[in-house]
Amino acid sequence: MTVFLIRRLMQSVAVLLVMSMLVFVGVFAIGNPVELLIAPEATPAEREETIHNLGLDRPLWAQYIAFLKGAVRGELGNSFIHNIPALKLILMRAPATLELASAAILIAVVFGIPFGLWAGLRPNSIFGRSIMAGSILGFSLPTFWIGLMMVLVFAVSFGWLPTSGRGETVRILGLSVSFLTLDGLKHIILPAVNLSLFPLALVIRLTRAGVRETLPLDFIKFARAKGLKTRRVILVHVLKNIMIPIVTVVGIQFGIVLAFAVVTESVFAWPGMGKLIIDSINHLDRPVVVAYLLVTVLIFILINLVVDVLYSVLDPRVRLGELKE
Amino acid sequence: MIKRFCRIGLVILGVALLAQSALAAEVKIGVRAEPSIDPHFLYLATNVAYSKHMFGRLVSRDQNSRKIPDLAVSWKALDDVTWEFKLRKGVKFHDGSEFTAEDVVFSINRIPKVPNNPASYHSNTRSIVSMEIVDPYTVILKTDKPNPVLPVQVHNAAIISKKAAEGASTADFNSGKAAIGTGPFKFVEFVPGDHLTLERFDDYWGEKPVWDRVTFKIISNDAARVAALLGGDVDMIDFVPPTEVAHLVKNKNINVFKRPSDRVIFFVCDNIRDQSPFVTGKDGKPLDKNPLKDVRVRRALTLAINRDVICSRVMEGLAAPASQSIPEGWFSYNPEIKVPKYDPEGAKKLLAEAGYPNGFGLTVHGPNDRYVNDGKICQAVAQMLARIGLDVKVETMPKTVYFPKMAPPNNNFSFFMLGWGNSTTGEATHGFMAIFHSYSKGKGAGSYNGGYSNPEFDRIAEEAVKIVDDQKREKALQAAMAFLMNDQGMIPLHTQFTIAATKKGLVYTPSADESTLAYNLKPVK
Repeated sequence: MTVFLIRRLMQSVAVLLVMSMLVFVGVFAIGNPVELLIAPEATPAEREETIHNLGLDRPLWAQYIAFLKGAVRGELGNSFIHNIPALKLILMRAPATLELASAAILIAVVFGIPFGLWAGLRPNSIFGRSIMAGSILGFSLPTFWIGLMMVLVFAVSFGWLPTSGRGETVRILGLSVSFLTLDGLKHIILPAVNLSLFPLALVIRLTRAGVRETLPLDFIKFARAKGLKTRRVILVHVLKNIMIPIVTVVGIQFGIVLAFAVVTESVFAWPGMGKLIIDSINHLDRPVVVAYLLVTVLIFILINLVVDVLYSVLDPRVRLGELKE
Repeated sequence: MIKRFCRIGLVILGVALLAQSALAAEVKIGVRAEPSIDPHFLYLATNVAYSKHMFGRLVSRDQNSRKIPDLAVSWKALDDVTWEFKLRKGVKFHDGSEFTAEDVVFSINRIPKVPNNPASYHSNTRSIVSMEIVDPYTVILKTDKPNPVLPVQVHNAAIISKKAAEGASTADFNSGKAAIGTGPFKFVEFVPGDHLTLERFDDYWGEKPVWDRVTFKIISNDAARVAALLGGDVDMIDFVPPTEVAHLVKNKNINVFKRPSDRVIFFVCDNIRDQSPFVTGKDGKPLDKNPLKDVRVRRALTLAINRDVICSRVMEGLAAPASQSIPEGWFSYNPEIKVPKYDPEGAKKLLAEAGYPNGFGLTVHGPNDRYVNDGKICQAVAQMLARIGLDVKVETMPKTVYFPKMAPPNNNFSFFMLGWGNSTTGEATHGFMAIFHSYSKGKGAGSYNGGYSNPEFDRIAEEAVKIVDDQKREKALQAAMAFLMNDQGMIPLHTQFTIAATKKGLVYTPSADESTLAYNLKPVK
């Protein structure tokens, strides 16, 4: 296990390095942010001074080296728009996205697995068939459109729920969370449901496929012949055996939802990292864009690590680390 | 029994809600732009608007962008380079301390020193070379050369408290520690990306705002912002997208407020180069002579554009045709210059006269996410130019890519769109010096000059903007504008409108400089 972790660590550093290079070059190619930010009254001399102060006149490799030096110390540059460290800005907004992403994945798992089980166990029932049809809609309809429709129907027409924003927050362990207040819950329902549709559809289909695959197998027949209760057969024997692909997908989806909840956060004006990244891209706030993409890579690396460790918990046949020939 | 219970319950609820609203006059405004609490960081028109709630300045402006006294009760030019400002007495900061000339000097000194500032406010105070405190309520500012628009420029120099902000960083402002000003509102809370909350400052020297508490909810997505107003989550929104205006006007629960802004949309031709990158012959090959250098060709282009159609169809009635680079009625507007009439036949004749009876090839360039309907306007203009015989292509791009390409020294385009907000100087001065004056690093001019150059105009403009006497300057600026329009230095299109919307029962007075100001929002009596 230790060797496995150390190896993983080295791989992660390599991935981060490559990623930082790609991101840097990409952002550099978009354009000079100063043109966008600088005041119209600035003289050409002032423009050059600002470019020089922000280090934007140095060649690409010099800027990259400077960036790496700072990155090793944990400083990823200052946001151009807010003038606070980019990393601090991202971490300030992270709890909101974390909350939204967790809520979305929770909905996807809590509803997805039972629905998928039902669709797998009774595939020809009306409910089973409508679950499958619904799941197709879930991953093909664009999030943007669904989000706006939900706002129009539930918030504007019926007025049951707020149209946007995050509700009242309460501080726990230094993090602000909003799901502990009624106001917060009202605000989080629509964006969480909107964000959960895609992962929900995936989990339903995966679970159903897994169930269909596992049910006819010998050991299930044996368990039933042994006289085990149906509930135990399904919940223990079937479920545990289909969990590996589901855990993988849920893990990846959690990462995706955490890093790229941009559309949902924009539509619902949810003050999270996704909205931060789209605003930063629009304003060419380079340090934030670079820092954010690196944080995203880190998130995915961590999630993959957790998923791999979970494998060994779920399936005792899986051994982490080197395979002995 | 249950029915009666429900009815009583509803009445109690209704009374409770009414009582709630009587206790505290609170208002929520859905805004597009993110604020910066530090009034000296990141010079953007939207940041200036936010700072006006909390911080005062020497001279402010009314909704028509004309000067009004704020922390300075009067000002006059003692000579061409010396200005005396008499300050208001008895003004208190949010922490109770007195406002004096010390705060003015401290603020102006801090402006160029804010670290890591991609858009410094210094361009507004650059001309000030020395400041002298005559007494606690009189300040003398000396400029390096005659600067008649200094009283307008100080509008952007917010006055902060020397006591509270000495040595403060931008983060101290964002947390509220240093955000002490003389404005009608006090800072309460700022969550970046989410909201900014202010409350009324009861010791404000001027007209106290109606609201006890104002919350700006930052909703940058246009559709989400409109939905928030329709759903009742906010009481007012700014920057209403023009496509929504038609159905918001019909909605009985919404009031829409619009007026011409300070922004004129126009096109500029490249008349500097002999071979312009996006001008070709009808066969697509480069021409040996640049047709845009001929004033007859430029005049033909302006006659080919049907401004009424653009304003009524493309802008859906939310624009007014423009004849020059500043909106009608502004200081230094030249009433002699009329909006060019739509005359495609006249345009074709001029083209033939200039030697292009069959036209030539041209690419129209513009941004697609900066001005209202910018992409659509480019397409409409291109179609109109095609009708007089030109072979036109249209290329629009995001502002982040467009402006660096357009600006000198790149000057990548031949025929391109620009929009200019004129509130910075309140007159034609700034437009002249930044856009139409030739690019000159030494003189600090032409930072936005994408392709027009005429040394004669440079001379006339330089002379005009120096004149400190208002009346003489107005005449000189009008003469410069006449010269510019005769030479077709720009092809004016229209002045775009600024549009805000509120829920029923509220009335908002929009400003020409497109600022969102909570103290201009009032309940209907």
